Amino acid sequence: MHTPTLPEDPQLGERFSELKPPLATQAAVIEADRCLNCFDAPCTAACPTHIDVPGFIKRIASGNLRGSALRILDVNILGSSCARVCPVDVLCEGACVMLRHNRQPIQIGLLQRHAMDAFYASGEILSVAGSPRRSLRVACIGGGPASLACAAELQRRGVQATIFERRALPGGLNTYGVAEYKLRASDSLREVEMIRRMGVSFRFEVSVDSAAQLEALESEFDTIFLGVGLGAMQRLGIPGEDTEGVMNALELISSYKTGRIRELHGTAVVVGAGNTAIDAANAARRLGADPVYLLYRRGESDIPAFDFEYEHAKQEGVQFLWRRQPLSIRSDGHGRLLLDTVQMHLVNNSLLPIPDSQFTIACDLLVPAIGQSPLAQLVRELRGVEVQEGRIVAELSTGRTSNPRYYAAGDCVNGGREVVDAVAGGRRAALAILEAAEAAHA
Amino acid sequence: MPDISVRNFAGAIHSPNPFWLASAPPTNCGEQIMRAFDAGWGGAVWKTIGEPVTNVSSRYSATDWNGQRIMGFNNIELISDRSVETNLSEMAEVKKRYPRHAVIASLMVESTREAWHEIVARADDAGADGLELNFGCPHGMSERGMGSAVGQVPEYTEMITAWVKEKARTPVLVKLTPNISDIRAVARAAKRGGADGLSAINTINSITGIDLDTLVPRPNVDGKSSHGGYCGPAVRPIALNMVQQIMSDPESALPLSGIGGIGSWRDAGEFFLLGCGTVQVCTAVMHYGYRIVEDMAEGLENWMRSKGFNSIEDFRGLSLPRVTEWKHLNLNYKIVAHIDEQKCIGCDLCHIACWDGAHQCIHLDRVSGPVNGPVEVHTIPAVREAESRASIAVTPVMRKERAANPGLYPTPLERIPRVDETECVGCNLCSLVCPVDECITMVRVDNGLAPETWDERSRGAACAAEPKP
Repeated sequence: MHTPTLPEDPQLGERFSELKPPLATQAAVIEADRCLNCFDAPCTAACPTHIDVPGFIKRIASGNLRGSALRILDVNILGSSCARVCPVDVLCEGACVMLRHNRQPIQIGLLQRHAMDAFYASGEILSVAGSPRRSLRVACIGGGPASLACAAELQRRGVQATIFERRALPGGLNTYGVAEYKLRASDSLREVEMIRRMGVSFRFEVSVDSAAQLEALESEFDTIFLGVGLGAMQRLGIPGEDTEGVMNALELISSYKTGRIRELHGTAVVVGAGNTAIDAANAARRLGADPVYLLYRRGESDIPAFDFEYEHAKQEGVQFLWRRQPLSIRSDGHGRLLLDTVQMHLVNNSLLPIPDSQFTIACDLLVPAIGQSPLAQLVRELRGVEVQEGRIVAELSTGRTSNPRYYAAGDCVNGGREVVDAVAGGRRAALAILEAAEAAHA
Repeated sequence: MPDISVRNFAGAIHSPNPFWLASAPPTNCGEQIMRAFDAGWGGAVWKTIGEPVTNVSSRYSATDWNGQRIMGFNNIELISDRSVETNLSEMAEVKKRYPRHAVIASLMVESTREAWHEIVARADDAGADGLELNFGCPHGMSERGMGSAVGQVPEYTEMITAWVKEKARTPVLVKLTPNISDIRAVARAAKRGGADGLSAINTINSITGIDLDTLVPRPNVDGKSSHGGYCGPAVRPIALNMVQQIMSDPESALPLSGIGGIGSWRDAGEFFLLGCGTVQVCTAVMHYGYRIVEDMAEGLENWMRSKGFNSIEDFRGLSLPRVTEWKHLNLNYKIVAHIDEQKCIGCDLCHIACWDGAHQCIHLDRVSGPVNGPVEVHTIPAVREAESRASIAVTPVMRKERAANPGLYPTPLERIPRVDETECVGCNLCSLVCPVDECITMVRVDNGLAPETWDERSRGAACAAEPKP
């Protein structure tokens, strides 16, 4: 058995050519040589998975690429996708002391990618503990970064882990939700395939969302790790939201990444200004939509997206409409959408519509992108696991929930952060699961 | 405007500046040397002339460091592979066209009086301004009884120098090999033989490296290699030491042309300060071409202007009295490291260098408050690293989270190291590893003690131990 894959799509590759192309070998060595090799390096401290950054960089400089990759994979099994998708500006590279020296941080993300690409090119599979030391069985619900990290860590230490994924392809948002110019679905799947070959079991297209299923899992497995992520994207809550031509951001992104949407025409409007909204707006541009508007009910200084994402969207030609609130969606009867909006302003710190400022935008695609909602259905069924505002309550350092047989990490706990946060949480949970098993055994 | 022209070696060799090309590939032929003079070189020592040789390919290898090419350079090339006639007729042509520049003939022939007399006469006839006897080449030629086979035996050096002096009408320089335990032994021999000057150093025996794929050392000549002569920036400190040894020894000291890793006016300045009157350059030219001389000359002039020196003689040898034996150093001179926290970027390399490579007196305890004292009262580096790896870090995804982190400036206090001055021995290590200019300085501490050397202290102890009559 192999991890399912997607067919190659040259048109997709062309439209979504890589934002940051890889470093050539010599360029990587030059950059690696520039690293000061700080003691107790701030980049390592800033990384949620605490990758030994100077350690892997100096291994690139010495030509020990295998050692470099293993150093990364030691703590971050998704080192390849993190190298591509991490917002390094606010993590490792943002902490680099070179910013205070000559203002040019070391290109840690690209160096990490260099080491990881070499590792995957070699075809090596990470070694796991020789013979399973424990009879412990762990089920990981969800096939995204948190579960992958948890399962891989358990597997490396001799514990059989089984991942349950509701979709046809594993990898979660890494496969379906990241802009293709940052991370190709095929690269995400390559990473999962390595984890599968380490011995992790996968059960695809199994949706765990009923009490009966959980009960069955509890009898088959000793411990259940919840890496289920978040639920569907939030609705705008305005009339006409189900009109044809309305498609939420994650749906748009997964559709173009899996080849179900290959081209767009006409005007696209994205509602929201987070990182996913920006990914969707850029995607609409690259798929052919023109113009692409991004509507946000607050102002430019309130934009939740990272600064570098905002700058990137401007370069892609996305036009921003600030302080604009959607009111309703209508069809014009000829296949186009009419989006009624109103201008907002701040009055005593509350955002209020400006009277008589209604304005209608005719468009061909409307993309709500105002965040994901909690995974309500499954969360309701969890017995003995404390939940607050739709989020599973789990200890940050261990992933322990209020039910000793359940652990959790990733977006379903933190409400939606980055891949690297999910990997860190998943791995911490695996270590805690092992520790608890050892304690019980003793 | 300072005058950097020089008149050297019994006053008989003059050149518009003290920068000469060493006897090596950059001086293979007249065409090259004329281009070099056009580029600004003051003199050139011709690639060693003698019975033509057959060279091998490949001939060179190098040591790179941290991404920088040719920190050290190695060659197994022999002397000129062109006939004596060709070399000398081109030399005559060069001298005719460039009468103001110094052209030195480097010579190497079999160790007989007749052979030396003949080549000396021919070189002088060609118009050479001086002769340089190659007693230094450490590979190939030495197996044939020439080069360093002569330079490693003081008696041979003295004898051949004397033969040459019997015949020479121009100044005679002896080029010394560093592949000997005390370079002064050969320098003294050359002086006894009547040499007018010295050139030092020639290349150092070396194997620069081994190809880890083929297991063949470099340079690879059909699967085998041979030791070569090492030069380039890496050898400059060794050359400076030998220059100082020669120039501080009255029995060795002669007008000296300094050689060894010189590539800039700064390097050259150091050789002049230890007594050299001219310098010779090879590797830097092989790396970058003749054009580097422009900055060498300009930089030297600008430095001389800032120091108020009008000629090379104004500062030649000024640093020699500053080099002494260890026993004459002041044991009571005390300095300690001082970290400028406005400049510190928080790399903490000084901390780990001091802990692992020095005296465990630079600490990361600015937040918990200063605690002076021995190692035991401080957190060791491994514990500190383990603490950071055990901490929880999350991506600041929300705007307000990013706002709560004020960013990089200034360097967080917990990353600015503190020097425990009571424990600091003033070794310099931290200031050497610090990547920021002027961030760590060594500051003198007045300990109220009068200067005292080990020599004085041990003599004092010896006097005290002497039985009183």
